[in-house]
Amino acid sequence: MLRFVSTRILRALITILAVLTFAFVVLRMSGDPAQVMLGPDVPQESVDAFRKAWGLDQPLWIQYLAYIKAIFTGDFGVSMRDKASAMQLVIERIPATLQLTIPALFLKVVIGIPAGVYAALHRQSAVDRGVILAAIFGFTIPSFVMGLLLVLIFSITLGLLPSGGQDTWQHGILPTLTMSIGGIGILARFSRSAMIEVMGQPYIRTASAKGMPWQDVVWRHALPNAAVPIVTIVGFMVGSLIAGAVVVESIFSWPGIGRLLVVSVTNRDLAVVQCILLMIAATMVVSNLIVDLLYGWLDPRLRAQSAH
Amino acid sequence: MTIVDTSRQPAAEMSFFTRFIKQVRKVPFSVGFGIAWLAAMVFVAFFADLIRPYGITAMDLRARLSLPGNPAHLLGTDELGRDVLSRLLQSIRVSLAIAFGATIISAVVGTTLGFLAAKFRGAVEHFVLVLADFQAALPFLIMSLAVLAFFGSSMPLLIGLMGFYGWERYARIARGLAISASAQGYAAAVVQLGATPTRVYMKHILPNVASTLIVSMTLTFPEIILMESGLSFLGLGVQPPETSLGNMVGFGREYLTRAPWIMLAPAFVIMMTTLSISLVGDWLRDKLDPTLR
Repeated sequence: MLRFVSTRILRALITILAVLTFAFVVLRMSGDPAQVMLGPDVPQESVDAFRKAWGLDQPLWIQYLAYIKAIFTGDFGVSMRDKASAMQLVIERIPATLQLTIPALFLKVVIGIPAGVYAALHRQSAVDRGVILAAIFGFTIPSFVMGLLLVLIFSITLGLLPSGGQDTWQHGILPTLTMSIGGIGILARFSRSAMIEVMGQPYIRTASAKGMPWQDVVWRHALPNAAVPIVTIVGFMVGSLIAGAVVVESIFSWPGIGRLLVVSVTNRDLAVVQCILLMIAATMVVSNLIVDLLYGWLDPRLRAQSAH
Repeated sequence: MTIVDTSRQPAAEMSFFTRFIKQVRKVPFSVGFGIAWLAAMVFVAFFADLIRPYGITAMDLRARLSLPGNPAHLLGTDELGRDVLSRLLQSIRVSLAIAFGATIISAVVGTTLGFLAAKFRGAVEHFVLVLADFQAALPFLIMSLAVLAFFGSSMPLLIGLMGFYGWERYARIARGLAISASAQGYAAAVVQLGATPTRVYMKHILPNVASTLIVSMTLTFPEIILMESGLSFLGLGVQPPETSLGNMVGFGREYLTRAPWIMLAPAFVIMMTTLSISLVGDWLRDKLDPTLR
């Protein structure tokens, strides 16, 4: 068990380091932030001074080593634009993003899983068809189309809800809905197929045949076994709590991480972009790690396999 | 004078025809609809230049923001008086071309890496699997956003970048299938006959695992369409004056109150196309994937 946990943690750390390295190399190779920051008509001396001040005149590998060394001492760099700590800027924006993504995740789990399980237990019923249809739409409507359709219906035609900004709680409704509708469909579809597969297993037939009440068969035998694939999808959704809002935030002018990312990318604010990428990668990797560890707890068979 | 018996031939044709009809009847309506829609999209992609009524940058300044349904501009015009239908047809072509190119790149790269892992095992296999893990953990949309913004967007870069999407799935599938295939008699037999590894993999193993790979392509294809349109929507994908479906939605957003048709037309096409691919893909998966039977 200890070996299982430690190899998973090691792999998670390697993945984060790989993302950091990839981001660092790609961002440094892709053009000179000095030109974007200072504008096109500055004298060469100012450009050189800027590059020297930010260490951009050093060879790439020296910059990289310095960057990694700084990260291990908790220094994530300084924003070239605001001269503030990059990590500070990023952390300030996180609550706004979570205000949207956590309620959206809640809706997905609370509506999606029960709908999928119900559909699996009542196949060919109206609910089942509804879940399949909703899931297909969830897969096929991109969030920006969904967001704009909701704005068109609820803000422009009906005039019920605001279409952008973050002033009142009503402002959060449309973005949260935009993010959750697709996810509800996807989660319902996965729960449905996981449940259908489990219900076809011999042990379910055995449990029913020995006269166990239907409720107990579903709750004690079927659901725990269907949990592994469902937990995988929910874990993936938790992992994208920060990354999942980029498009939606930009539709609804919501001042979260996504907006900061789009702005910093346009300004070539290297340190801030790297910080955001690090945060996003870390959330994804950590939630994958938790899911991996949960597997062992949910399904003892997987624990036994990994021990060998 | 010889008597030629021609009666048999029409009968054979009839039976072929009726068999064809029988096959077609077995296809569910939704799948038939999906196939028809996709065929129409492919037709548009090939002949966009011939069927579009106006140039994509041709402006009709007296008919700006004109409503859909008028004879001169069937789907209306945008803020510069450009014909929405013509731009839509061109957008379909561009978006499909990007998605198709990217899907092919991703499938070829992924399958090759998967086969290499299956052939050499050991260190190569570990390397491929670690790469695949890394790819799966990468926030892809965010990464491509950064890359496109920093390098400046261009068509080859966009296709190349989208081509990186989803290769890890082909690699995992190809590796697994190739390992189990090489344990089977037919692969061992051609190896015994002295076939080169390339020949074994390309001529014998690939055809046997192709159906599963094709099914995965129907999964990545709509995802790539959605990603390209998402990036173009944010202004980082296809750049004006060229147009794509996401790009049209992005610009149409500014006129959502006054001229919602600019955005609704491409949004509808995106939805219908991804929907059709999903329907056809699900159906193909049931037909082709022997593990599901």
